[in-house]
Amino acid sequence: MEMVHSNAHGRRPRRAGRVRGAALTATAVIGALTLAACSGGQSVGGNSSVADSGSKYGFKAASQDSKAQVTVWVDSTREPIAKAYNKAHPHAQVKIVTYDGNANGSNTFKTKTQLFDRAGSGWPDVAFTTDNNSASWGSFGGTGDLAAVNKGLVPQTTLDNFAKGSLDVCTVKGVTYCFRNDLAQNVLWYNKKLMDKFGYQVPTTWEQYQQLAGKVAAEHPGYLVGTAGDAWTPEIYMWAAQCPANDVTGAKTIKADTSDPKCVRAAKMLDRLIADKTMSTLSLFGSDFVKNEADKVLMLPGPSWYGGSVFQGTLKTPAGQIAAASPLKWADDDQTVTGDVGGGAWWISSHSKNLKAAADFATWVTGQAKYGSALAPTYPAYVPAARTWASETQKSGYYADDIVAPLSQAAGQVWSGWGSAQFSQEAIWAKVVQAGMAQGKTVVSQLPAWQTEIENQARTFGYEVTK
Amino acid sequence: MTATAGNRTRAGFRQVRAGHLFVLPYVVLLALFGVVPVCYSVYLAFTDAGGGFAGFSNFTRTATDYRFLPALGHVAVYLVIWLAMLSVLVVSLTLVVHQLASRRTKAVIRLAYYIPGALAGASSVLLWLFVLDPTVSPVAPLLKAMGSDHFTDVITPGHLPVIFAIIAFWTGAGGWILVLYGALNTIPADVIVAAKMDGAGRIRTALSIQLPMIRKSITYMLILAFAAGTQLFVEPQLISQASFGVVPNDYSVNQLAYQFAFTQNDFNGSAAIALDLLVIALVSTSLFVTRGRLFDTD
Repeated sequence: MEMVHSNAHGRRPRRAGRVRGAALTATAVIGALTLAACSGGQSVGGNSSVADSGSKYGFKAASQDSKAQVTVWVDSTREPIAKAYNKAHPHAQVKIVTYDGNANGSNTFKTKTQLFDRAGSGWPDVAFTTDNNSASWGSFGGTGDLAAVNKGLVPQTTLDNFAKGSLDVCTVKGVTYCFRNDLAQNVLWYNKKLMDKFGYQVPTTWEQYQQLAGKVAAEHPGYLVGTAGDAWTPEIYMWAAQCPANDVTGAKTIKADTSDPKCVRAAKMLDRLIADKTMSTLSLFGSDFVKNEADKVLMLPGPSWYGGSVFQGTLKTPAGQIAAASPLKWADDDQTVTGDVGGGAWWISSHSKNLKAAADFATWVTGQAKYGSALAPTYPAYVPAARTWASETQKSGYYADDIVAPLSQAAGQVWSGWGSAQFSQEAIWAKVVQAGMAQGKTVVSQLPAWQTEIENQARTFGYEVTK
Repeated sequence: MTATAGNRTRAGFRQVRAGHLFVLPYVVLLALFGVVPVCYSVYLAFTDAGGGFAGFSNFTRTATDYRFLPALGHVAVYLVIWLAMLSVLVVSLTLVVHQLASRRTKAVIRLAYYIPGALAGASSVLLWLFVLDPTVSPVAPLLKAMGSDHFTDVITPGHLPVIFAIIAFWTGAGGWILVLYGALNTIPADVIVAAKMDGAGRIRTALSIQLPMIRKSITYMLILAFAAGTQLFVEPQLISQASFGVVPNDYSVNQLAYQFAFTQNDFNGSAAIALDLLVIALVSTSLFVTRGRLFDTD
């Protein structure tokens, strides 16, 4: 499943970057034809026969060569950490290849892998993707391209160090296929300086949040309490509302009902705030938002990476203004839940000829809180690294208040009812709901169309859909 | 057989051999990158993932996919606009340039027409992404006057066929103007002079002499433009990524084929869609050829 956004990990989006990615995929089409013509249709990956309980890794591995060089694919944001690995391991140099990191729905990782499958060679040993949604595609039941990591490749003690639940998104039928790079749990970001100036209290429930939005609209028109202009809007508002739109109940079954009152409450909220103009419908990373609304952000529910990527990077909010609060709670719900937006992952190829070195690389990079001298751009999923990262972040002095407590609290509050299927919920939302919003339709009026598109997409990928 | 006849045959044989030699490199490339892939996709389209014979199931599966008809509709609307624009504007622009008196102006204009076409497809679309974004566009006042304050307003579904047609025209029309210009040059000067003496003005000459005489070139242009147009891919693909998915990544038929191959890992379905396009192109081309009497000898 591809994600439509690219900016999840501290990388500043540039239109050129997006287009470069697309140009790459366009080249890949031509490459596909050429390769397809030469390979005679041999499919090397692409079946479920890779699982092998007799193997020490739990799958049929290629014959291993401890001297074989490891090739790693990283995006430009992750390149420094790969270089740092080479610096720290002079005798185990990896070959670093930078690519678009699967950003903006480019799907490069899957596209290329499927071409390599047909050619029978060419796979990288390790790949980083800005999304974490490749597991169902590359699982033993899927193409079989991904190596299982919890069946003997790395010790369980290493895996236990990843934040609770963080590997769930890449675990299919008890087999884990990734090392999660970072968590992307949603919190309530806010501009403390502005909130103090206006004399507002930070809300703790969505009801208070809506009330405050009403006040903002009346007292300080133009200021924003959130945005709904990006494809991951449902992962912020619908997920936190426990809207059952993406409940993956089995390997090929999904439950979705966007007419559920829990979806409707979030949709109504979005409509009200959009009508009040306290919620922007522009993309956070579009030039429009940066130019016209960067200094109007009072509150912004969103993932952990908004702190560095959005405020510090894209909007260039000065130091000492931004703070984070715990995720908001719907007053009627028993407990606070939140969503998450992306969170990258490292994948190991089941075709690697040097699995030991590949795993060594992947576990080393996920265990780092610092990229060389700079702090890692995102909240590490590896708990010991997250601790270092948190204290270093506070020391950096950018934030107006402690952001570590709300972030670590939110890390454990991600609602498990929103799954990770083979298709992209973000692409669906963008295609149907956002396109409709651009034409002035309300979110509530588009809930049925959203449902239809989810069902259609799910069936296309062979899912059985229930309400 | 006389000696002369024998010589003539030998000379003819040499000529034929030289012809073959000249054509050979092209044939090799055509086979490698044209014929073999087509055969391979025919093979894929009629087999399943395991390589077994699948009959027409790949075709029915893809044609009944919920995205297929909308994609086909998008491309059809785009083609109508694009071909109409191409035939009317390119022909009129060519006639105008051809009638200009100054040689220098003609040369400058021909170059100006050609330059956008010299930009590679993806980079010219990239340029258009900026033109279409009111925040950074040099024609922002125009976009805003038309009611589009934001990029998402510009790229609403209703605008897309026109936008793609404009991009395609901007990148592709210049080359065709040059081709038709060349065709106009082949009209013997005495025909034009005769028309003039019979009292035909510029418009009458264009309609009754020039247009009928370059009819084949126009048909040829339409055939190639049609074939290229059905393959619409780069424009919607880039705009899809630039709009963060608001323009869906399954807008055109070719994009849908791409989705089949690379997100659904269904190369067989993808090949079936590719063959659909091939059939459509062949059928419509033969219509163009017969209606445009492309292979008639004058």
